[in-house]
Amino acid sequence: MSTTPEFREHRYVLNMGPQHPSTHGVLRVILEMEGEYVMDPQPVLGYGHRMHEKMAESRSWPGFLPNAARMDYLASLIYNHGYVGVVERLAGIEATPRAEYIRVITSELNRLQSHLLWLGVLVLDLGAFTPIMYTFEDREKILDILEDVTGSRLTYCYMRVGGVVRDIDDKFIERTREYIKWQRSRMPMYDKLVTGNIIFRKRVEGIGEFTPDLARRYGLTGPVLRGTGVAYDIRRAEPYSVYPDFDFEIPTETGGDCLAAYLVRVREIEQSLRILEQALDRLPEGPFLAKVPKKIKLPAGDATYAVESPRGELVYHLTADGSEVPYRMKIRVPSFSNLSILPEVCRGMLLSDLCACMGSLDLVIPEIDR
Amino acid sequence: MTDSFLPPELLRILFAAICAIVVVFGNALVMGYLERKFAGRFQRRPGPMEVGWQGLLQLAVDGVKLVGKQLVIPRQADKVLYRIAPIVSFAPAVLPLLVIPFSPKLQGRDFDIGLIFILAVVAINVLAILIAGWGSNNKYSLLGAMRSVAQNVAYEIPMLLTLLSVILVTNTFSLKGIVAAQEGLWFILVMPVAFLIFFVATVAETNRAPFDLPEAESELTAGFMTEFSGMGFSLFFMAEYTYMFIACSLTVILFLGGWHGPPLPYAEYTSALWFFLKVYFLLIVMIWIRWTFPRVRFDQLLNFCWKYLVPFSLVHLLVTAVVLKI
Repeated sequence: MSTTPEFREHRYVLNMGPQHPSTHGVLRVILEMEGEYVMDPQPVLGYGHRMHEKMAESRSWPGFLPNAARMDYLASLIYNHGYVGVVERLAGIEATPRAEYIRVITSELNRLQSHLLWLGVLVLDLGAFTPIMYTFEDREKILDILEDVTGSRLTYCYMRVGGVVRDIDDKFIERTREYIKWQRSRMPMYDKLVTGNIIFRKRVEGIGEFTPDLARRYGLTGPVLRGTGVAYDIRRAEPYSVYPDFDFEIPTETGGDCLAAYLVRVREIEQSLRILEQALDRLPEGPFLAKVPKKIKLPAGDATYAVESPRGELVYHLTADGSEVPYRMKIRVPSFSNLSILPEVCRGMLLSDLCACMGSLDLVIPEIDR
Repeated sequence: MTDSFLPPELLRILFAAICAIVVVFGNALVMGYLERKFAGRFQRRPGPMEVGWQGLLQLAVDGVKLVGKQLVIPRQADKVLYRIAPIVSFAPAVLPLLVIPFSPKLQGRDFDIGLIFILAVVAINVLAILIAGWGSNNKYSLLGAMRSVAQNVAYEIPMLLTLLSVILVTNTFSLKGIVAAQEGLWFILVMPVAFLIFFVATVAETNRAPFDLPEAESELTAGFMTEFSGMGFSLFFMAEYTYMFIACSLTVILFLGGWHGPPLPYAEYTSALWFFLKVYFLLIVMIWIRWTFPRVRFDQLLNFCWKYLVPFSLVHLLVTAVVLKI
């Protein structure tokens, strides 16, 4: 499409957000439109900025634990995991084997509920109301399970340096097994209701396509990158915790479009269920919290710890100067990079496709703004 | 009624008009309730349960709430257009009910051109949506209005073409005549393709999902209704349900044999029961479609119309004409 001045005269600016049904949070996108076509989408960030990184630098390191959960409210446990991981790595502390297993189990449950929410929301963005109710029914089961062990439903603060705060019991294991069975029985229904739906397929097939090369340049990670055929998953690429013990696949698709990202996530649900099953079978006995001193001084130095969040690569980088307060904390969040591709991919797209595209990027705005 | 101060014909029309308004409001109540209950059931939840038995009074309470709301007019809006848009949408919705034959005797007036009258009156709704979108002075509203006009103009063509097939068979535009012609054999059995095309086109004409692009709440917040609240909103809301009722009534009259059904006592009046049953069956199908499918995209919607519905209905018209000639 030409960008000569006489074409620009027909353009108008549409302000999408910060309150808009399909930006899911306080994301604002300034759209330069030509009729129904989006010519230049520019995301505006910062409406939910809470200075999490600065907060980490202005209080002793255990004080940041609850903050970790509040960056990405859909993957709180994974954020917990990353933070305790980086502190453990820097301080040279090992978590107990049982604790590592519990961390993986709860993280995977967390990932599942994030994917389920996303599945419903994507289809909601495309105009179907019903699937989100079904996915919420599934998600509710996970939240109930996690509530029993962590004490909260959304912003968990469950992991501690050296382990977790509370042990899981037989009831938890039994309920999780029941849930795995339930979720497996639900997947064929989603296949019929959503994946096989011709309107859905026409809405996402070939929309927002990008190549692995472009994805790399923008630093895309997670299902969006795997949708272009790159099997990059931190759980395999840079194994942490006890993930090497488990047998699971990294699903990839080659399309690079919204449908590919969708299919990757749906297949990841099955892989997470597999990890859960194996972890529950092999759960070792022993203490759930390692013996660590009451007060840990972080030795001077740097540590980096990467975990796979439902949206991609989450990296904590911690620099300490020997005191209790971290000197610098840098958090690399996946949604920020994933969003950055929006102006590139969505140029010249219909407004409806932009909604589909944003839905398939699975953005969590508080994570971007932090 | 010889000593009446009004001529009987005028009295009849007055009575019919009152009945039509009752049907409009009654239909809005019933449909509002059915839609919420069915949507609830499709989503594995009970729907409204608190107000009245099984939530029956929920709609009445909602109505009171909407009536009690302040009429907010946005500062930038064109005040006149903004105010008249809901009325322009709602007022014509009553008129078609005057000519719809609910049973052989229950009909306001039997026009020779009843069908054309309905189509003409219903088309005013497009104007109302355009006024609403323009008058709100909101870009989302305007986008919704633009979509609505393109969509309605496009889908009127296959609708009219399939109508013509029926007219070729019945040789009359009178709705009563069309129903009478289906005694024994409903037209859905004669022309199933025409029925399908007509029904799809009516779903699009009434802006229902999966063709609810003018409202498209995930893209356009609420399309042309974005700035409307209180009674302005509820007039649009009632108009939408009334247009759905009219569209389904037309489908029943044209293809599903109108009031025909198993015989009833006093059939001249009571056979309206069959009519209403068929209409509400179609309305429930519409609800079912809405809560199952995602929304189509704008270009897909128009492509579907111009590339599939229009050619198919044209061919159908041609085939009907040839078969009748033979």
